[in-house]
Amino acid sequence: MATMLKYEDKDLKVVGTRPIRPDGVDKVTGRARYGADVNLPGQIYGRVVRSPHAHARVLAIRTDKAEALKGVKAVVTRDDFPEMPVEYAAAGELIVNFRDVTRNMMAREKVLYDGHPVAAVAATSEAIARRAARLIEVDYEVLPHVIDPVEAMADDAPLLHEEQMTEGLDPAPEKPSNLAKVVSFAKGDVEQGFAEADLVIEREFNTKPVHQGYIEPQASIASYTEDGQVELYTATQGHFVIRAQCAKLLQMDISKIRVIPTELGGGFGGKNNVYLEPLAIVMSKKSNRPVKMTMSREDVFRSTGPTSGAHTRIKIGCRKDGRITAAEAELDFQAGAFAGSSVPMAAMCTFTRYDLDNVRVRGNDITVNRPKVAAYRAPGAPISIFGVESILDEMSRELGIDPIEIRLKNAARQGTQTYYGPTFGPIGYEETLNRARQHPHLQEKLGPDQGRGIATGFWFNIGKETTTTLNVNEDGSVTVILGTIDVAGGSRAAMAMMVAEELGIDVDKVRPQIGDTQTLGFNFVTAGSRGTFASGIAVTVAARKAIDVMRERAAQMWDVPVDGVVWEDGHARPASSNVGEFEPLSIVEIARKSGMTGGPIAGHAEITAEGAGPGFGTHIVDVEVDRRTGLVKILRYTVIQDTGKAIHPAYVEGQFQGGAVQGIGWALNEEYIYDADGRLQNPGFLDYRVPVASDVPFIGTDIVEVPNPNHPYGVRGIGEVPIIPPIAAISNAIHDAIGIRLREQPMSPPKVLKAIREASNGAG
Amino acid sequence: MMARYHVTTTVNGDEVDFLCESDQTLLSVLRDELVMTGTKEGCGTGDCGACSVTVDGRLMCSCLVLGVEVDGKEVETIEGMADGEALHPLQQKFLEHAALQCGICTPGLLVASRALLERNPDPTETEIRYWLAGNLCRCTGYHKIVEAVADAAREMREV
Ligand code: FES
Ligand code: FES
Repeated sequence: MATMLKYEDKDLKVVGTRPIRPDGVDKVTGRARYGADVNLPGQIYGRVVRSPHAHARVLAIRTDKAEALKGVKAVVTRDDFPEMPVEYAAAGELIVNFRDVTRNMMAREKVLYDGHPVAAVAATSEAIARRAARLIEVDYEVLPHVIDPVEAMADDAPLLHEEQMTEGLDPAPEKPSNLAKVVSFAKGDVEQGFAEADLVIEREFNTKPVHQGYIEPQASIASYTEDGQVELYTATQGHFVIRAQCAKLLQMDISKIRVIPTELGGGFGGKNNVYLEPLAIVMSKKSNRPVKMTMSREDVFRSTGPTSGAHTRIKIGCRKDGRITAAEAELDFQAGAFAGSSVPMAAMCTFTRYDLDNVRVRGNDITVNRPKVAAYRAPGAPISIFGVESILDEMSRELGIDPIEIRLKNAARQGTQTYYGPTFGPIGYEETLNRARQHPHLQEKLGPDQGRGIATGFWFNIGKETTTTLNVNEDGSVTVILGTIDVAGGSRAAMAMMVAEELGIDVDKVRPQIGDTQTLGFNFVTAGSRGTFASGIAVTVAARKAIDVMRERAAQMWDVPVDGVVWEDGHARPASSNVGEFEPLSIVEIARKSGMTGGPIAGHAEITAEGAGPGFGTHIVDVEVDRRTGLVKILRYTVIQDTGKAIHPAYVEGQFQGGAVQGIGWALNEEYIYDADGRLQNPGFLDYRVPVASDVPFIGTDIVEVPNPNHPYGVRGIGEVPIIPPIAAISNAIHDAIGIRLREQPMSPPKVLKAIREASNGAG
Repeated sequence: MMARYHVTTTVNGDEVDFLCESDQTLLSVLRDELVMTGTKEGCGTGDCGACSVTVDGRLMCSCLVLGVEVDGKEVETIEGMADGEALHPLQQKFLEHAALQCGICTPGLLVASRALLERNPDPTETEIRYWLAGNLCRCTGYHKIVEAVADAAREMREV
């Protein structure tokens, strides 16, 4: 049943305060157990053998030498996994196809990227496993490869999948290609809109693939028992989805697989999919030992989902007053080795901050010889809005309109119909722009070679299946079992706070805990900024059910009808003096007597959360460009975002700051670099450079709260939006500083320097 | 089986001994031989700081130190940071300032921050940022970490 709880505007005691997070002490003392920290008695160690080629046919795999090595307990190859038919399932924001999932975790007829698994071994020590991996011999027929999305669409491009016919084209194509799918959205009459425009700007933009860069590499440990049961510890954002995928890939009953999620050392969308899990399970079955597998950092870069690199073409027309008359986009997104990039979402986000009559967007999902992309925070949106926000900046200069003004003039608001369907309810986009306009940041004086840029972002946010169990313990303290992973943002803290608020008790009386897959019903992965929204509704439902039970118990103790009992401030009280004169009963008193009044007290929720509230943000950035080195320094940064309601403001600020800094890294430094053979050249943090503490200033935050009407506390998701504007905002700021517009990411020193040289050569 | 070396050392004040292979890192010794998993591995190549420990008071990446090198030395890890039930001021300030999210970087950052404050009890924002530049955090954007370190320094100067 779809569940919606309406927003209630009420006085709050716990929500909106800043208690210490319940998982905090374990994390500052080293006690928290992440994927690689789990050990099981008798465990052995697994290792993956990976393709050195970007594209090759796998002719033969010989494992006999490895198997003969003393200490080797299991070897697996493609022959150990059943073929999967084409069948789709949701996993996070992206859809997976089981035919491809099985090929991605273990290559079958071809290897499709440098790092693609071709075999795995398990041995009594890591050293033996390493040696055994080197003894596995694979015969390859190396094929030409393609990585660039535009090149991959050329007629003579190397073809990854001989049977892949483009979906979404009318008429249907006659021959296979790397164009896996086309998604299109349209509204109004774009030609007419451009004809009415006084100014039309069309530009092309390029972005490189970047990695989520979680500091914890993937790690799993699986134990398969003689009676066919599996215990699997893994670092994931979605243990129920991992369970479903393993069950499908290994043709097992879902009930036989227990997935215990470990503490998660960062995911950002990249830990929604199986990589090691099915390999560890099958090797555990073969060896009769628990199998532990961890990725090296190099494995993480070479084989787990980065986001798409892309080429986009954006065209916008507007009248002299800045009002947009038409907008058009074509987005070419790398899907990686298998179809299914974030281009559908990128297409839906491209122009959605604006209230437009005439829009056309086409997204191309293109298979190339790189790892299959995975979601990365607001998947695709930072890429697709880059060009839009850049062109708006150009327009505002051309027309002499302030960049905030031109956005306000076109801003989406309540009642705006999006070009992909839904009409917005109450949203906070204009509010973020109005706050930006008054922000002291804008008063800061800029020096030579310094500039300021503005850009904005939108993300849908999602609800989906969610379950929870709330137990009122015998002493009146409360345990809440959650089915959504705390992906780092502090959702356990937020859940405990909402429960405490509902029950009217102190937050430290509530202990939240993530349940494993055997303790709760199905939960969708924690993605799309759904954790606090959906689990927040679930815990509120559960708390209210527990309150109803406690009201019944009080009614029983007082011998009055249950309607005569209300719950206030952690106590059952008579609804009025007509009910009778009774001393209020606290949760502690009711809980203590629960054994005599009908047994343990609990509340459950098994819901599909609906009505997620769209999130909007406006970013302001000041940069300084060093003309001699091309280095762009971030001087000041401000994030203004509508959260609906900040349950724990410190963690909301933390999400804003963390997302913005990931965006800064994306804008300025991060990129995958391939050599001529399609091998990744920078699979490590030395050469794939994520921001460090000395690269960034303090990140200012301004929380806007326009409540989501479909959440009891008004919550919208917050985690995605902060990563969307930085690339565009920084590009706009660089232009403001030195008069050069960069339309390629990353805006790293060599690229900036090159642009400066070209500009001065052109001028001279 | 490769020959294993017998190493005697001090970890967080306790005398311990272990057997390790000649190429085994201190990080691997801590995590796999001594089962002290508070020290984390983010890269294994000295680029992320998640494995930070001190050896004879010097801050190091334990993934770049061999187990055999710490013979007779004093190793300090995150597990030794709290004093019994009392958290170290840095640990307390990280909690109060919400300076951690996923927490995988936190042990390394705390060990590195303590090493900073032992040398420089009154660091500027810039000094904090440059000292911690070897410790990657992908979640927080560093803002609250820098605030927490500065606040802990303030408190530690007062006592
Ligand atoms: S694990 Fe040692 S620096 Fe990353
Ligand atoms: S808190 Fe997640 S990496 Fe720092």
